[in-house]
This record gives sequence, C-alpha cells and structure tokens, in this order.
Amino acid sequence: MSKEPLIELRLYIAGQTPKSITALNNITRYCKEHLAGKYTIEIIDLLKTPQLAEGDQIFAIPTLVRKVPEPIRKIIGDLSNEERVLVGLNIRPVKPED
Amino acid sequence: MLLLCTMTSEQPGPFPKTPTGIDGLDEITFGGLPQGRPTLVCGSAGCGKTLFGIQFLERGITQFDEPGVLISFEESKKDISQNVLSLGIDTEELIASNKLRVDYVRVDRSEIEETGEYDLEALFIRLGHAIDSIGAKRLVIDTIESLFSGIENTAILRAEIRRLFQWIRDKGITAVITGESGDKTLTRQGLEEYVSDCVILLDFRVVDQVATRRLRIVKYRGSTHGTNEYPFLIDEQGISVLPITSLKLEHRVSTDIISTGTPALDKLFKKGGLLRGSSTLVTGSAGTSKTIMAAYFAASSCQRGESTLFFSFEESADQLVRNVKSVGLDLSPFVKSGKLIFHASRPSLQGLEMHLLVLHKLINQHNPKTVIIDPISSLLGAGTMNEVSDMLVRLIDTLKMKGINAFFTSLTHTISEGKKDKTVDFVSSLADIWITLEHEMHDEHRLRGLRIIKVRGMGHETELQKFKITDHGIQFVGRKKKTAIRKR
Repeated sequence: MSKEPLIELRLYIAGQTPKSITALNNITRYCKEHLAGKYTIEIIDLLKTPQLAEGDQIFAIPTLVRKVPEPIRKIIGDLSNEERVLVGLNIRPVKPED
Repeated sequence: MLLLCTMTSEQPGPFPKTPTGIDGLDEITFGGLPQGRPTLVCGSAGCGKTLFGIQFLERGITQFDEPGVLISFEESKKDISQNVLSLGIDTEELIASNKLRVDYVRVDRSEIEETGEYDLEALFIRLGHAIDSIGAKRLVIDTIESLFSGIENTAILRAEIRRLFQWIRDKGITAVITGESGDKTLTRQGLEEYVSDCVILLDFRVVDQVATRRLRIVKYRGSTHGTNEYPFLIDEQGISVLPITSLKLEHRVSTDIISTGTPALDKLFKKGGLLRGSSTLVTGSAGTSKTIMAAYFAASSCQRGESTLFFSFEESADQLVRNVKSVGLDLSPFVKSGKLIFHASRPSLQGLEMHLLVLHKLINQHNPKTVIIDPISSLLGAGTMNEVSDMLVRLIDTLKMKGINAFFTSLTHTISEGKKDKTVDFVSSLADIWITLEHEMHDEHRLRGLRIIKVRGMGHETELQKFKITDHGIQFVGRKKKTAIRKR
C-alpha cells in the first residue's frame, strides 16, 4: 500500500436545502468507503459566508471542490452518481464489494 | 391593460427611469432605462456591449452617485480595467473607493463535473453580496450566456436565468444584461424571452468599407422611445449616441442681420445682409470661388468676435489660409486668437455618421456662432444618397436649433447641366439662402457670375451679378454694381 496523499474537499452549500443535504450525505458515504482516513471535508455555508464564493469561483449549489491535490476539480450537483463523482475527483474506488 | 400601455405615452410614464449618463441615449429613451428592472443590451461581438455596461456603471457613479456592480463572465477584473482605461475610466480607482465592485465569474467546463440536481444559488449569493456590500443601485451582467457553454443542464440554467431576472426586479436594482446576437433571435439563447422590460440592440456594420455603429431600442415596455436606428460613436470619451430625429422644428428665430463678409454682396439683400441663424448654400462648379466666399463669411463672423468653426473637406487649414491670403484676406490672426477653428479631414476617412458625430462634438465643445462646411458635396463620397440627405437634415436642424449661422458650399458639375445634382436639390430646399456661382466667358476674359436664387424672409436682387476676384477680394463689376449701390 503506497502512501496516498491527503484529499482536501470543500462542499459549498446555501442553507440546509434538500439538495445540499443529499450532497453531503453522498460525499460522506463515498469518502468513508473509498478514502477512509485520507480526506477532510470542509462545509461552507454561503448564506453565512457569502464572500467565500468568489475565491473558489462557485456559482452553483451544491458544489464540491477538490482543493488538494491540484489541479482543482469541481463537481456540481447533489453528487447522486457515485461513479461520476469518483471519476471527477480522480479517486480509485477501493475494491468493489462482492 | 394593453390599451393602458399604449395610452400612457405622452406623459413621463408610470415607470420611473434611471438616466444612463450616456450621451444621447437618455434623450431617445426619454429619461433612461427602466428603474429597478433589467434591460437587455444585445449585439454581435465587438459591438460595444461591454463598454455600454461599464459606461452605464461609471456614469452612474460619477454623475448620479449610484454605486454599481459588474458581474463579468467573460473578462477578468484586470482585463476589464485595462480595456476601459483608454476611455478614461479608471475602474481600479472606482473599486478602491467602494463605488464599484467587479466580480469575475469564471466558468470553466474542463474543471467542472455535473451530477444530480443543483441550482445557481451561489451566483445569487455572490450577486447579493456584491450589491449589498456597496449599496449598489446599478448592476451589469456581462454576458450571462457564457453559462451556456459551461453548464450541461440547460433546463436548470434556463429556469435559473428566469429566476435571476425576477430576482433583479424584486431587488429593485437597475440592471443591464448583455447578450450575444443570435441568428434568428435577438440573443443566442433567447434571453429576450426573460427580459421584457427594455431591449436595446447594438449593431456594427460595414457598408462600402465604412464601418458604422448603430443603436436601436427594440422595445421599452410602458414608455415611448425613439424607434429609429441611431448612429453611435465610441471614442476616447466612450459611447455617444446621436439622437437625431428627436429634433423638432421649433427653434427660435432671430431678426438680427449679419454680413456675408462681402459688402457688395450684402447690398444685394433687401435688409443689407443675412438673417442671423440662417443657413446659406453656395453652389457652383469648380473654380467659381466658393471657398473664398466661405472664407469671407468666416472672417466677418470672427470680426464680430464670434467663434467660428470651419470644416474643410478639401484643403488643409494651412493651405486654405495661404490661398485666401492671395486675394487679400488674412485669416491667420483669427486662427491665432482662437476665434476661427479649423477642422480639416478627408470625407472618405470615416463613415458619414462619424463625420456627423465629430461635427456635433466640435459644435458642443466650441459652441460656435458660425459653422462653415466646405464643401458639403464631398460628403457624398462618404455615404449613400439617403444617408447623406438624412445627415444633412440632422445637421441643418441642429445648427438651426442652436441659432448658428450655417454656410455650406457645394460643388456642381457643369457638364451634367440637364441632370440636377441631387445634393444641391436637397440642400437647397433646406437652406434659407441659396446663391449660385458660375463662369462666364467675356471677350477672352473669364468673369464670374453670382445669382441669388432664394432668400427666406427678405427680398433680394435677382439679376446676375458679375464679379472678379482681385488682390483685394471679391469685386462686382459692370453696371450691376451701380444698381446694387443705388439701393439705399
């Protein structure tokens, strides 16, 4: 097992909307499954800190941003399609369950 | 409901308006853009949409103390600031003084993946935050259609754009939304469907290798507006629109009499000169001394201490001054004292509209009492017949409105005597005074002849007057001189 770098994720939401909650649940689940212990998720609620939207060029809600490693990747939507999320984040799925 | 809309035309209208501060535009919109509502400004690439938006914001800040927000989808803050700096707009300074906020929304398809449901709430949050942080009254979104190339799910996008325009109305912010022209629709993505309050179309076209920019108000709900295509200009002072046909025939007239600069010629008019604020047309073939007449007219105006603008389309200023010196007229003191301002350019250098705008700008800048155009016929080369006649009407109207003495010369071709020159026909009907000059062979000598064809508002000598150009200017010869003198 090579030592994989830490993946830093940010999830941008705007209040507790159903889409945001779904996205949060989804990403937490994928990470637990495939990245156990090798990730951080920061949740940014733009209703509270609107000034942060500009920095990461956020225009859609919810948006998941992979800050580290570079290059930055963004996935917009409720993250319901696991495969696309993993491909988008460039995460190799941990051995598919039987 | 419909009836109500069309009936409320004459009054300022039920909707308040926000002046743009863009020269001329507020006149054709009768006050500006709909306040607290979005206006769509569309046009093809390079037509000046972005500049329109930025100028709307800049004028808002500098003239009306209304802070503004620019949401740019196309250019970064730095690019924008560089682009408009040449037009004297310092965005960085405006940003530093908290009057302007620029938010560059970069949508890069290559780094974005889409999965599942989403909305553009973050964009609304950014907008709201930008607006609230400086108390903006004006908003420009340039160009929201860029989102279509960055987002796959156009159903969501369309719904969100619709929501955005509603949001703007709810927020009560006066907004300019730019959009790229489409093939069959005003904008590529049919934004006009969502913005129904006011739609302005900018056009940039090249006719006979001459480029002209035009602006048209496609619609303006609940308000009257000029419906023509108006030429506009982008120069170092930004956009200026020429609201030509908003002119009316209601200028005040004067009963003062002014000299033509040639005493003998003055005597041919019953009142001993021309009425102030009238327009004079002098036509004649080449070499009939039209320019000399114009120069005398200019000199007399300067002698009265009035500032005079001389548009020369055939000779440079120096050349003209030198040439009329040979007939004993020295214009150089007037040039030195600044009373006489020359503007010499080739008619084909720029489009007709440009000429007209330059004329307007110089007239506004120098506020002359006399304007001379020598010769007006050479403008023919700069446009089609229709355009030229349009332009002349506008020009003469403007001069009339300002009570400026206008003096035009026009070249006629003796060869085609049968066929009347169209410009002459046209201008002569607009001009108050029409004088023709001609050659006459007389015992090996060439004499020049002058005839007054018409004078509005006073009687005049109708006979052909023969004259010579001498070292001391224009001299009338023969018995005609006596008759002229006999008159009072």
